[in-house]
Amino acid sequence: MILVLAYCAVLLSFASGLLALLMNQRATLLELSQYWFKKFPNSNGHYLRLIDSNLKENRFSHLLRLTVFAVLGLSGIFAVLAGVSVLISKEIVTDQISLGLPWLPWHVRFDCLSGFFFLIIGIAVSAVSLYGPGYVHAYAEKQHPFAVLGLFTGLFISGMLLVLLADDAFFFMIAWELMSVASYFLVAFQHEHAANRRAAFLYLLMAEVGALAIILGFGVLASFTDGFTFDALREAKLSSTWASIAFVLALLGFGMKAGIVPVHVWLPEAHPVAPSHISALMSGVMLKVALYGLIRFCYDLIGEVQWHWGVVLLVVGTVSALGGILYAMMQTNLKRLLAYSSVENIGIIFMVLGLSMIFMDNGHPHLAALGLLAALFHGFNHALFKNLLFLGAGLIHHQTHELNIDMMGGLIRRMPQTSKLFLIGCMSISSLPLFNGFVSEWLAFQTALQVDVLDNGVLRSLIPVAAAALALTAALAAACFVKVFGLIFLGQSRSRNCDKAHEVKDKGMLAGPALLAGLCFFSGIFPGVIIYLLNSVAGQLLGQTLPNDSALGWLWLAPVSAEQASYSPPLVLIAALIAAGISFWYLRRNPATVMRRAEPWDCGFGGLTPRMQYTSSAFTMPLRRIFAKVWIIDEQIDKDMQGAMNQDVAAIHYQLQVHDHSWPRLYEPVAQAVNNIAKQVGRIQTGNIRVYLGYSFVTLIIMLWVIS
Amino acid sequence: MNWLMAAFQTLLFAALAPLLAGWLKWCKCRLQNRKAPSLLQPYRDLFKLTNKQPVVAEQASWLFLIAPYIIFSATVLAATVVPLIAVDLPTSASADVIVMVGFFAFARFFLALAGLDIGTAFGGMGSSREMTISSLAEPAMLMAVFTLTMAASTTNLSIAISHVLNEGLVLRPSFVFALFALILVAIAETGRVPVDNPATHLELTMIHEAMILEYSGRHLALIEWASQLKLMLYGVLIANIFFPWGIAETFGAQALGFGLLAIMGKLALLAIFLAISETLVAKMRLFRVQEYLSFAYLLGLLGMLSHIILEASR
Repeated sequence: MILVLAYCAVLLSFASGLLALLMNQRATLLELSQYWFKKFPNSNGHYLRLIDSNLKENRFSHLLRLTVFAVLGLSGIFAVLAGVSVLISKEIVTDQISLGLPWLPWHVRFDCLSGFFFLIIGIAVSAVSLYGPGYVHAYAEKQHPFAVLGLFTGLFISGMLLVLLADDAFFFMIAWELMSVASYFLVAFQHEHAANRRAAFLYLLMAEVGALAIILGFGVLASFTDGFTFDALREAKLSSTWASIAFVLALLGFGMKAGIVPVHVWLPEAHPVAPSHISALMSGVMLKVALYGLIRFCYDLIGEVQWHWGVVLLVVGTVSALGGILYAMMQTNLKRLLAYSSVENIGIIFMVLGLSMIFMDNGHPHLAALGLLAALFHGFNHALFKNLLFLGAGLIHHQTHELNIDMMGGLIRRMPQTSKLFLIGCMSISSLPLFNGFVSEWLAFQTALQVDVLDNGVLRSLIPVAAAALALTAALAAACFVKVFGLIFLGQSRSRNCDKAHEVKDKGMLAGPALLAGLCFFSGIFPGVIIYLLNSVAGQLLGQTLPNDSALGWLWLAPVSAEQASYSPPLVLIAALIAAGISFWYLRRNPATVMRRAEPWDCGFGGLTPRMQYTSSAFTMPLRRIFAKVWIIDEQIDKDMQGAMNQDVAAIHYQLQVHDHSWPRLYEPVAQAVNNIAKQVGRIQTGNIRVYLGYSFVTLIIMLWVIS
Repeated sequence: MNWLMAAFQTLLFAALAPLLAGWLKWCKCRLQNRKAPSLLQPYRDLFKLTNKQPVVAEQASWLFLIAPYIIFSATVLAATVVPLIAVDLPTSASADVIVMVGFFAFARFFLALAGLDIGTAFGGMGSSREMTISSLAEPAMLMAVFTLTMAASTTNLSIAISHVLNEGLVLRPSFVFALFALILVAIAETGRVPVDNPATHLELTMIHEAMILEYSGRHLALIEWASQLKLMLYGVLIANIFFPWGIAETFGAQALGFGLLAIMGKLALLAIFLAISETLVAKMRLFRVQEYLSFAYLLGLLGMLSHIILEASR
């Protein structure tokens, strides 16, 4: 039954992709309907008119778009249902589908871990399907055909869902590649710009290198057992060295998809160029599928995690978290900024996952469960708020045709609904109390603070430092999103486009983000619900659930014990409402002190202009100076001189470019090396047919010699 | 009963915060050979502001108008968490010390946004600097707090303070480091000399004042009150975590009264130290602040390491 729901989700997303193909087939459909009615002339005339009117030029495309997204939304709902039902029933269902090669059926397994990620994907897809129809409306059909977008969106989503269902390495890789390649076409959707094509190619390249690493990882496991089913791989008895090699390969492969530093560079290139609802799915959900892969590989397939892996994850995660947010801070392109912030959040998740591994190998499974729970919870939260923020960015782009935050401003008055939704996203991602981001970060801190149980002195001092780095990350994220919200929505508008912007008309485009914002708030106030669902994941994966979670009831969160730490968001919310209510009521009681509006203080010079406001580079200037070593900063100030002796400054041009260290340090040397090797290989390609025949002959001789 | 006690304690917090500000001002004036205003002057100021008609900039959005209420409530919520005159508060359980830091972040988030709302250069400058300093201060603060929470193996402030209380006077190196780290952070976070100067409106040095330049009337009153509360909160944190003696462990009238006297005495003493240091030390350049805060962080780290290496049970 549960599996039927999951299959429905996959099939529906697939179907939505196929439906989108009908976009170019209006004429065929028209013919088909006419043929039908000629053949059955006595069928109801009412339907005839209905179908006829729906096939009219302008209505047809609109209706088809709605249908495609409705089917997609249905797929999302089924995914949520499947996920929740498996999480509640705590079942493991397995199945075989005889697709693919005849002697290699696809093995399917649906357990709590898959179910939880089904839930994440389902929520994200539902939100996107509400948002989609209005958003894709803006694309000109000639230049950006909807058939392509819809088809690959459907394939992309079904690929992600299939990855979660896969129970053998072949099926896993097929689904993984389906997901990667379909998303490549989505990134390359607006291929008329050379930069977009370049970004898409970079993405494809890194996705494939990552896939190679994953295949090798599976290969290492498979060489210690027979067969590629996950059941067989679980049985593999690895020496600790081989297990570590498999882990490193998996970390590289899944980490490339997840976007950890230094293999993150495709993220800030690919996310800004994809359509917004696609970047929402890629950033919010696809990165989580990579996380799923890593968890499945380490905890389930290898089975016995080692604490050094935890240390590796902790260090890599810390570097990613800090690097991601510091780079995000310097961006002016909103979607690029959000992409870097995804690197940060993935880093946080990896850190906590590392803690969980460390505790697991040191014989503290309940703390490992806490760490895993915190990591998965943060993954869930990140899916919600990053989706919300990307959809919000799409709304802003849709209304202002602007993605540069230095050109925005004052949108809070022009787009009031969007601004509220975006504010909730910013507050969640800055991990402020009462919102969901805070809960998972709180759990992460609680995990880190349990370090006292460890025996190893190095670990005991490493983990608190990582916790402090987490605190720095959170504080920098708050600064970054104050900048984002402040520059986009507050102040005065810095460009004409923003001046003329207005709230979006399409209700669905607001409903999608509103759904996500509501969930952000809900899971911030009642985290117990999510933790209840997550507990079954931990139970199945580690054989250990959180100890005390229900001892204090649903109102409280007490991960270790009530004495050690507890947090009750509903009570905090009530207290906040009381405090705000009293102060509000007390201060507003006197009607004589109604507000008066006046011009703002302009230091007596008169006339504040939008250009006097702080810009992105001005806002982040102190941090740029403090952490100067983190970026490659290219700052240029040119002065136009005039007047007698060329002494007066007429105008100043300021240019700032911030580059990523990983390009010159890692990628350019690699590219150089590949080029050099290619040149060496090129030497044997003389272009002379006689030489090539000679090569064939020598090869033949050697083969014959080997065989005999 | 416990909840009533917690509510009463929070009210006491809010009521005493202006007095502490007045006392601090009084001490500074005496040290600088000036005639001091009355101790009650902050109360009069707040009262005056609440009864004034606020003037709001034309382009201010709703966020600018609700921000003071949010800032004030978040700070009050932080105050509910910190034991003032008695330990064993139920509110300490509903939000632990990490949540308290979160409340401060909440207030700061809206304060910085309000600074950006009008679109003046001052507001942006203040917001930018505030977010920079706070993002450096937060890790240092948590490092100091973690040292304490690991020693007491709880993040619940009430339980942590009773732990210190029951252990008696032990001179732990980790606590000494953490104390100094917390003092440095407190000075930075509450915007005192040498990081920021609450008494100046000089444009090049303003941080906190730059963000709230556009506020007036009851909005300004709330923000001022919130920052007085924040000062007192940090004071109480330092006093009660590191010198908890005198705090009431039972809810008897005598114990509570004694607790009140004890905390007032401790805060008065702390304020004198703060006044002396503010008189002796000059404000530093903005780009020296990171050195100051990384020193605080280093102290916190040293505290943590000395706890782990020297004091932990194994």
